[in-house]
Amino acid sequence: MIQALSGQLLLGLINGSFYALLSLGLAIIFGLLDVVNFAHGAQYMLGAFLAWMGLQYLGIGYWWALLLSPLVVGATGLVVERVFLRRLQGLDNLYGLLLTFGLALVIEGLFHHAFGNSGSPYPVPELLRGGFDLGFMYLPKYRAWVVVVSLGISLGSWFVIEKTPIGAYLRAGTENPRLLQAFGVNVPVMFMLTYGFGVALAGFAGVMAAPIYQVTPMMGSSLIMVVFAVVVIGGMGSILGSIVTGIGVGLVEGFTKFLWPEAANVVVFVLMAVVLLVRPAGLFGRQK
Amino acid sequence: MMNRIAFAAALLIAAGTAAADSKVSDDVVKIGVLTDMTGYYSDLSGPGSLEAAKMAAEDFGGKVLGKPIVIIGADHQLKADVASTVARKWFDEEKVDAIADLVSSSTALAVMPVAAEKKRITLLSGPGTTAITGDKCTPYNFHWTYNNWALANGTGREVVKQGGNTWYFITADYVFGKSLEEDTAAMVKAGGGKVLGFSRHPSPGTTDFSSYLLQAQASGAKIIGLANAGADTINAIKQANEFGITKKQNLAGLLVFISDINSLGLETAKGMYLTTAFYWDRDDASRAWSKRFFAKMKKEPTMVQAGVYSAVTHYLKAIQAAGTDNSDAVAAKMREMPVNDFFATNGRIGPDGLHRHDMYLVQVKTPAESKYPWDYYKIAKVIPAAEAFPPVSDKCPLVKK
Amino acid sequence: MRRVWSGQAVFMGWASLVALGVAAPFVVYPVFAMNVLVMALFASALNLLLGYAGLLSFGHAAFLGSAAYVTGLAAKTWGFGVLLSMATGVAVAAALGLVFGLLALRRSGIYFAMITLGLAQVVYFLVVQMPWTGGEDGLQGIPRGKLLGFLDLGDSFAMYFFTYAVFLAAFWLIQRTIDSPFGQVLRAIRENEPRAISLGYDVQRYKLLAFVLSAALAGLAGSLKAIAMQFATLGDVAWQRSGEVVLMTLLGGMGTVLGPSVGVLLVVTMENYLASLGSWVTVITGAVFVVMVMAFRRGVVGEIQALLSRRS
Repeated sequence: MIQALSGQLLLGLINGSFYALLSLGLAIIFGLLDVVNFAHGAQYMLGAFLAWMGLQYLGIGYWWALLLSPLVVGATGLVVERVFLRRLQGLDNLYGLLLTFGLALVIEGLFHHAFGNSGSPYPVPELLRGGFDLGFMYLPKYRAWVVVVSLGISLGSWFVIEKTPIGAYLRAGTENPRLLQAFGVNVPVMFMLTYGFGVALAGFAGVMAAPIYQVTPMMGSSLIMVVFAVVVIGGMGSILGSIVTGIGVGLVEGFTKFLWPEAANVVVFVLMAVVLLVRPAGLFGRQK
Repeated sequence: MMNRIAFAAALLIAAGTAAADSKVSDDVVKIGVLTDMTGYYSDLSGPGSLEAAKMAAEDFGGKVLGKPIVIIGADHQLKADVASTVARKWFDEEKVDAIADLVSSSTALAVMPVAAEKKRITLLSGPGTTAITGDKCTPYNFHWTYNNWALANGTGREVVKQGGNTWYFITADYVFGKSLEEDTAAMVKAGGGKVLGFSRHPSPGTTDFSSYLLQAQASGAKIIGLANAGADTINAIKQANEFGITKKQNLAGLLVFISDINSLGLETAKGMYLTTAFYWDRDDASRAWSKRFFAKMKKEPTMVQAGVYSAVTHYLKAIQAAGTDNSDAVAAKMREMPVNDFFATNGRIGPDGLHRHDMYLVQVKTPAESKYPWDYYKIAKVIPAAEAFPPVSDKCPLVKK
Repeated sequence: MRRVWSGQAVFMGWASLVALGVAAPFVVYPVFAMNVLVMALFASALNLLLGYAGLLSFGHAAFLGSAAYVTGLAAKTWGFGVLLSMATGVAVAAALGLVFGLLALRRSGIYFAMITLGLAQVVYFLVVQMPWTGGEDGLQGIPRGKLLGFLDLGDSFAMYFFTYAVFLAAFWLIQRTIDSPFGQVLRAIRENEPRAISLGYDVQRYKLLAFVLSAALAGLAGSLKAIAMQFATLGDVAWQRSGEVVLMTLLGGMGTVLGPSVGVLLVVTMENYLASLGSWVTVITGAVFVVMVMAFRRGVVGEIQALLSRRS
């Protein structure tokens, strides 16, 4: 029992760190741009697909994909911000949500048309094959890599935003963009880059996921709702909140999969409703 | 009971001849392929099923009883309400005589009563529930390719015979998954095997199966039965490999299509047992047909797609033989004539509408064994029609009367 | 000036609505028309909340779906008549609305939306788990029965006109609610909640009442759907349905009386006639929303009204 539980706990941690990585991008975008980025799942899928296409058509391996794929996804994010989102600033954030939802449909539909539905497998990179026998369970090397990298990137981003001058500008930009503009900071470009970065994180998570999950056009849409819930529980826009909650939700889900597997998906939403009722702005959110 | 069936059949035939002078209604035989064009099952049915139906019409000469055969298609999006709306529209406004495919049980169960009410034929290839030829059976319905019982029987019974006598199930938590699990568990127990446990996961919406796989591993069962389908099965198999589970335990996919194997790759899927109604590389006839299918779709046909061709062809032959497209007469003829084609040998349709034919237990080849593209299966056992499908169900009201 | 115009518009609106509805089953396929009506009622129910009270619910499918299932259960298993079955469904949806409202209305904005979503997911889960719902196969073969014991609804035309009558009644009720003092207060709350509070209104009670009313009307749509389509499926309780109805309402124009129905008509027609295009439908639907957000933010009806009032 203890053995089985510790195994489930570890798996929960792995999934949780992955949620953290995905919800981090969402939280940054919401926190700084006030945009509810519904296209996050599609952008995650795009990252995974670019990695797969790179390997299939250009012979680009996993390690290069890990670098290039997020860059490309991030670049598309810059375009989306410049062409669409910028014009929605100052409006109810409902419109940003709708727009990104529409974009997600377009992206997923196009990939579906081109690649069908069952998708393709992506091999685990040579270096990370095999695993460790921990006694209570067998831990594939790749999963260990996912935890380390996801947590590293998440905490790194948190550090940059909360503790460095760049981050201070960003935070100031959300509070009072005009004032910051007066200080000579190019606020529109900063917003554009922020969206690009948040989206690149989704693309990065996609590449990380490619060797574990089947690469399919719909791989993001099944994940997006859970990630949304994570961001809301953490407190919309709270960077640290999304990281901690991501891991927490992974663990709770892990326990549920063990005790009452049928409820594994709904538990996140129950958690969300309960948290919001007890703590109005989420676990780490500030009440406005 | 046999007498009663024969009597019913005779009645139907009599009804058929009486109506025979009407010949072909609306001067066209129109067959609608209602399938999943974009969702989970679009690769194993979808556009490929539509193409298969078109091939069947062309091979028949494009005409039956001198009237043109028209094939149309639509997407039911896996939604029962969409399926039944399209079906009603097809019957009422577009003069559709028969609907083929109807992948996923919920859409099939939604369309069958509509078709029965309008006296039109349904040719099911893809849905699995045994209720189709059980308590939900209709006189105009033909369940062509496989049902859950046949899959459970093929994989469950045969794998136990070959020594896989302890099982753990990873089951999609919905009706299809649970019934597949229960049917298979019954087969396993009947063969002297044991079921050690099960995990039921939400579906759709589960991408990470490691938790369930770990529980399956801890159970020590020799066989891990995957009672799910599509993306769920693919991810479960992939992750079973990743966690090194396949080294000591074997997987048995209860509903796996060749399109799934193709997207998984042999390295991941190798060694797995599964039951199928059709394999393209089985004999010369299946190869010849599949080659033509491949030329159009750029992939080998699944059993669902081949089944659509076979069912549509049989339907057209029955029209020819009956001399009319009157559904009562055609349905009687379809039940009367044996099915012999590249898909099914000595297939027979029972009074419940279930098409009973040989099934195949296959094992997925290793990459080393595979000599050419799509060379994926070794046929481990041919399961003869009489053993492959359940006996005529007494739950079906058509049989009782 | 606006007042005069809108009075005319209301009359014209009603007249054209009645004419269109009577002509519809002769022009288009009755089942298609019924589907549009049911969804239009559903969207109008949502609009009452979103457009007039400013509350975005992301869990309205829970009311539509639960009412559909309960109506089906009542008609099929308990042998209730059509009207009684539907009433049972509506009652359950309203009760559920009360629970949702009491919990969710303690928060506002995006958090309100998320709580309704969370609760709706719980309802979805319960529907999947309960044995009588038939899981993903849905509750099939719900009998249409006879209305008041004599009018056979098995006939598509009879069923259509029954659906249409219910739709008109509900639509009238919504219109009346909007124009009533109650509706005025709702709008006042939407525009400026603190002011409404300082004027002495019990804001929470007004919101709750609006929520329950909206839930009951969504439930009415669900009950009607169960009888008209003769089944209830998981699609009706899934979050995608909740999202879809929000999108359709916005496309037509939220906060306008006809907007939701127009949005539904557009989307359902598009899906119906483009169905053969496969994945392109998804792409086109997505593109429509992008264009709408960029260029027609008020929605179709909202833009037309804006255009007309600028001219007059």
